Amino acid sequence: MLDVEAQEPPKGKWSTPPFDPRFPSQNQIRNCYQNFLDYHRCLKTRTRRGKSTQPCEYYFRVYHSLCPISWVESWNEQIKNGIFAGKI
Amino acid sequence: MAHAAQVGLQDATSPIMEELITFHDHALMIIFLICFLVLYALFLTLTTKLTNTNISDAQEMETVWTTLPAIILVLIALPSLRILYMTDEVNDPSLTIKSIGHQWYWTYEYTDYGGLIFNSYMLPPLFLEPGDLRLLDVDNRVVLPIETPIRMMITSQDVLHSWAVPTLGLKTDAIPGRLNQTTFTATRPGVYYGQCSEICGANHSFMPIVLELIPLKIFEMGPVFTL
Repeated sequence: MLDVEAQEPPKGKWSTPPFDPRFPSQNQIRNCYQNFLDYHRCLKTRTRRGKSTQPCEYYFRVYHSLCPISWVESWNEQIKNGIFAGKI
Repeated sequence: MAHAAQVGLQDATSPIMEELITFHDHALMIIFLICFLVLYALFLTLTTKLTNTNISDAQEMETVWTTLPAIILVLIALPSLRILYMTDEVNDPSLTIKSIGHQWYWTYEYTDYGGLIFNSYMLPPLFLEPGDLRLLDVDNRVVLPIETPIRMMITSQDVLHSWAVPTLGLKTDAIPGRLNQTTFTATRPGVYYGQCSEICGANHSFMPIVLELIPLKIFEMGPVFTL
């Protein structure tokens, strides 16, 4: 798993996922899910090409901030068991 | 929080709520004027034997008292829509908090950094300290900074709930399978109360929300509450 500490900005400088114009409406579930998928797709593609996965950390931070952790845990469990419904 | 037998709105703690209070005053004044006018006209009509010939078979008068209400409605609708769009503005939040409704408590997640997750249960009557508010105080409050745009993501783990804090002008439904977003900026520190606003079972009245708003400098120093 990526290092959460490595992503922390300088102390005293808060940041959170910015406004995403792809998801302007009140229901942000797609925003959360899309970033989760993008993170795993990014990991998969970059490890397959032997590159550093550091740029994928952005997606990790966004979905970690937006998605309820219980959802994330259940999706991770599904990925581990090979029953995740999304395309990664 | 509301005081006993309070009928009016609570004082505003966010700019949107200030606008809503002003709008409410505006609309209520129009309503009172119309009601008074109609009641007065009715009173006059009921207490005289004479017939007013100015209002029977009078097409101009009929036109006036049809278009005038339409104009009044426009004067109510325009400020209302202005505030509606104001609540939807893109405002670049600094902090994201998740609020998950359960039967019958709230879970709050602060996951911008690390993972601070805790439950917030109402204090049972036996556990109240002197000075605590019955049915309103909770064991773990939601601590937030003032003068910072905050994004709240609200959902539910089981049935419908609704996360409401009247003084901030917030009420957002917690719907399973949906992640509703609402944003606010608090203008002054303090402790603010709200209650679950969607019927959710036996203890629907016993899952309040308590926000503790503190200066940003103190918030940045780290977790300021014990679990």
